[in-house]
Amino acid sequence: WHHSVQTKTKKTLAKPNIRNIVVVDGVRTPFLLSGTSYKDLMPHDVARAALTGLLHRTSVPKEVVDYIIFGTVIQEVKTSNVAREAALGAGFSDKTPAHTVTMACISANQAMTTGVGLIASGQCDVVVAGGVELMSDIPIRHSRKMRKLMLDLNKAKSVGQRLSVISKFRLNFLAPELPAVAEFSTSETMGHSADRLAAAFAVSRLEQDEYALRSHSLAKKAQDEGLLSDVVPFKVPGKDTVTKDNGIRPSSLEQMAKLKPAFIRPYGTVTAANSSFLTDGASAMLIMAEEKALAMGYKPKAYLRDFMYVSQDPKDQLLLGPTYATPKVLEKAGLTMNDIDAFEFHEAFSGQILANFKAMDSDWFAQNYMGRKTKIGLPPLEKFNNWGGSLSLGHPFGATGCRLVMAAANRLRKEGGQYGLVAACAAGGQGHAMIVEAYPK
Amino acid sequence: MVACRAIGILGRFSAFRILRSRGYICRNFTESSALLTRTHINYGVKGDVAVIRINSPNSKVNTLNKELHSEFIEVMNEIWASDQIRSAVLISSKPGCFIAGADINMLAACKTPQEVTQISQEAQRTFEKLEKSTKPVVAILQSHGDTLAVSCQYRIATKDRKTVLGTPEVLLGILPGAGGTQRLPKMVGVPAAFDMMLTGRNIRADRAKKMGLVDQLVEPLGPGLKPPEERTIEYLEEVAITFAKGLADKKISPKRDKGLVEKLTAYAMTIPFVRQQVYKKVEEKVRKQTKGLYPAPLKIIDVVKTGIEQGSDAGYLSESQKFGELAMTKESKALMGLYHGQVLCKKNKFGAPQKDVKHLAILGAGLMGAGIAQVSVDKGLKTLLKDATLTGLGRGQQQVFKGLNDKVKKKALTSFERDSIFSNLTGQLDYQGFEKADMVIEAVFEDLSLKHRVLKEVEAVIPDHCVFASNTSALPISEIAAVSKRPEKVIGMHYFSPVDKMQLLEIITTEKTSKDTSASAVAVGLKQGKVIIVVKDGPGFYTTRCLAPMMSEVIRILQEGVDPKKLDSLTTSFGFPVGAATLVDEVGVDVAKHVAEDLGKAFGERFGGGNPELLTQMVSKGFLGRKSGKGFYIYQEGVKNKNLNSDMDSILASLKIPPKSEVSSDEDIQFRLVTSFVNEAVMCLQEGILATPAEGDIGAVFGLGFPPCLGGPFCFVDLYGAQKLVDRLKKYEAAYGKQFTPCQLLADHANSPNKKFYQ
Repeated sequence: WHHSVQTKTKKTLAKPNIRNIVVVDGVRTPFLLSGTSYKDLMPHDVARAALTGLLHRTSVPKEVVDYIIFGTVIQEVKTSNVAREAALGAGFSDKTPAHTVTMACISANQAMTTGVGLIASGQCDVVVAGGVELMSDIPIRHSRKMRKLMLDLNKAKSVGQRLSVISKFRLNFLAPELPAVAEFSTSETMGHSADRLAAAFAVSRLEQDEYALRSHSLAKKAQDEGLLSDVVPFKVPGKDTVTKDNGIRPSSLEQMAKLKPAFIRPYGTVTAANSSFLTDGASAMLIMAEEKALAMGYKPKAYLRDFMYVSQDPKDQLLLGPTYATPKVLEKAGLTMNDIDAFEFHEAFSGQILANFKAMDSDWFAQNYMGRKTKIGLPPLEKFNNWGGSLSLGHPFGATGCRLVMAAANRLRKEGGQYGLVAACAAGGQGHAMIVEAYPK
Repeated sequence: MVACRAIGILGRFSAFRILRSRGYICRNFTESSALLTRTHINYGVKGDVAVIRINSPNSKVNTLNKELHSEFIEVMNEIWASDQIRSAVLISSKPGCFIAGADINMLAACKTPQEVTQISQEAQRTFEKLEKSTKPVVAILQSHGDTLAVSCQYRIATKDRKTVLGTPEVLLGILPGAGGTQRLPKMVGVPAAFDMMLTGRNIRADRAKKMGLVDQLVEPLGPGLKPPEERTIEYLEEVAITFAKGLADKKISPKRDKGLVEKLTAYAMTIPFVRQQVYKKVEEKVRKQTKGLYPAPLKIIDVVKTGIEQGSDAGYLSESQKFGELAMTKESKALMGLYHGQVLCKKNKFGAPQKDVKHLAILGAGLMGAGIAQVSVDKGLKTLLKDATLTGLGRGQQQVFKGLNDKVKKKALTSFERDSIFSNLTGQLDYQGFEKADMVIEAVFEDLSLKHRVLKEVEAVIPDHCVFASNTSALPISEIAAVSKRPEKVIGMHYFSPVDKMQLLEIITTEKTSKDTSASAVAVGLKQGKVIIVVKDGPGFYTTRCLAPMMSEVIRILQEGVDPKKLDSLTTSFGFPVGAATLVDEVGVDVAKHVAEDLGKAFGERFGGGNPELLTQMVSKGFLGRKSGKGFYIYQEGVKNKNLNSDMDSILASLKIPPKSEVSSDEDIQFRLVTSFVNEAVMCLQEGILATPAEGDIGAVFGLGFPPCLGGPFCFVDLYGAQKLVDRLKKYEAAYGKQFTPCQLLADHANSPNKKFYQ
């Protein structure tokens, strides 16, 4: 079957009097299981690797870059504006401002769309957007009581005052505070919520394992065939050069069935094998106004078109962002599901993807929760995450958005399609979707 | 060593609160209507698991009545006989409800203890069979219902705040009569079982899991391909089936891993000496707290003891017999009467109001105003809290925050929920936003001219449909409404302090109050979680009016030289939760003085008795009660045992009157207080201030702490006998005069013994 043969609802999504915004190219470091080769680095080190990779890939003169934006989630307190620290170290001009954004798993998406906004409004012509996450090292803090005591101690002047502060010390002050992958508003971990979501949509354990296996198999194939061209090698100081993602591990359904539930014990369905894993990695992308790119002699890869952010109940609909965002962004762009040649959805959990499928395929859900007359329908599986997804490639929270867009852009080029749809869910019950249009060859 | 540890566990009983009227509630008992045969239970078979669904028709909940019971036996017999079925799952088809305890109408219909005993024994037999079932039975609990579930081999409960487990029987003056007294100690250990059965407290799902009361928790699901509640039940069933299969295949053990403390306790309880100490301690505690007024707790201890010391046969027999005896006691009838009354006072007899109150405005951020705000914001009402000063407003806002934050500490709310609830409150010093208010409740100082002023100010800014409610304990509403442009929208809403703890709301309607205004006020009160009585306007309405003659008598008794401590102990031993002298301190001496003066003017000699000069002198010396640190007692932060205020001696001495020996025995003193209260309550019914005796009982028990074991003044007249009360009143009338003249309605009841307030 040749989907690209099908006539499109629209020939292009270009709008009169609005600047076309293009992706010149994008790269990412290999995504690694946390605690492996990047474990001794700091987040800005990994981000810097993505930025130098981008400079190398695009040969963009650093002085033309107007602005740099990075997404990140679990922040290293020493480099809270990680975009600036990474840019300075990567050899960008110290005259180029940089800021960091955070929006959970769609932080890089937010970095990109912020850049789109800057270009569309005429404030900038050239923006670098990216994201980084280093789960190998997370800020474990002293308890609030201990912090207070240490700050009080700092202020104490005399020996007497110091002794009186120290006398307030109790052993339990030493219990550390760990950042959790849990919703602040509900205290529920994301895996727990995913398990409940899967149960609400009656997604079975087997379906989840099968989907995860698909993701790993496709990723392995894409890796073997050299399709993951956004990956740039990273020479880690003191270690070998890392050239590929290390989380891809196609297993068998039998092996996967042996795993115990990871969150809702003992009867849940979400396991380590059908969830995305804690990942280290960074991504970066060069975005320009079309006329600027052409003037500089670039052949862009894709247009960034309409996008949409949505949000809903962080308790029971935490991971349904794609379901809500997809019909909205399609309507905004004037497209239908049939127009999309490449779907790139963020895979937080197999159960989450399959629950979104069931929701998208349900008139009842559309009518009762989305205020729509009919369902949007299922994305055809043969066009869906064909080169693997977050389950297999990995999911550095702050960096995934750029990977999704580059996967869509590269797939459109490779597979010959015109429109790609990127969608992702994020903590806080938020979601994002964006249309990527292939740049004519 | 271990023995010491076990005795240390006795410390847990310090948390006991047995039938303190403030927290007094009964939730789990429900009534059911007449039912058809074999309509409560059906079952289907999935693989080798029978799924038994309980669904009583025409009722919101399932109650354990005779029909349900016999159908259950039939179904279980079929399941036990079937070769195909290896295990079973028990579930209620009603979302959020399992089996809500015994049917109290069924008990009430019994004439003799033997009949009740028989009911108990039938249930015991069934549940024992269930307990010994060779095919494992998994129960799914979505809200209440321990009786049946405790006999199952495995229990799965939904993990949400609606799920509360417990044995509330004690609150109705009975005991868990279907084997609960025998099974619970084995399941959760003796100390925890005593705690549950003697307090009737609600146990939340996560706590129940820790205690071993349930084996697994399942969190409710959100929206999916069908309504969340429906899918959650399906999911529970799916989960339960996997456990039922696991149990049948012996892949899952129904035995729970006990913690170290639990194991030590269990071990300690095997030592007879330790057990005796536990019984003794618990008994002492119960005697101290119930003052011998409630028979059920002691019988529960007795039954548990019998089961442990003499074996379960003796235990079951004792349980059923004591159950029968308790069901016939006055106390149990009084408590069940209160239950019925409470159900009645949780309904809006005026129907739904034309416009739902969504925006509430409260004037005055004092204790009452802030208390009203607290119980409103957590129900989702957008609330404006207005005060005249920033300091007053800040204090009120802090009170609301603290109330919510205390719930966070008790894990009843998350900090996020607290913040989001608190955002419903807007504090302000002006009338901004009042144009959107659907109801204004004023809780300013009890001063008629001040109330007039705020009413006029408010009426200038509120929309036409807005209700104006006055929170006052004694000022007649019609007098407040006199300056209103729209008296049909004016109503009284008398809250009790502390508003977040006291369940009662007394709503006062004037001749002019419209039905819709009443409907609105009741709807808001119900939303705030209140038990509501609606009374006619008049000096002191109902509650304050009943209290006034009793307070007057308190003063006389003190003048006659009875020590406040002695007076307190006499009143508490009669069943009042707070002693009479302490009550004056708690209410505030200035408030009491105010009320005494107002009502004294309105009712004249009948409200005489003690010399109000006592209160006047106390106020002039600044002895305003707890709030000023001194009243009859001295109050100090952090000091638990309060001492008498010795400065009161000279005041009391100056007003001393000689006691009359013929009416000054301890019992007479108690009855002088109670009869003056009861007489006034009956007079309120006679004058039409009260619409029903049930409201009178609920108002007295929930608002004023009338002894719950007596069921309220009207129930008390019925159970004690009108004639005996009239005789007492006449005796006191002879000694003191008009204050004790029995009212006509009471006299009528005395004259015709068939006349009862409750038929």
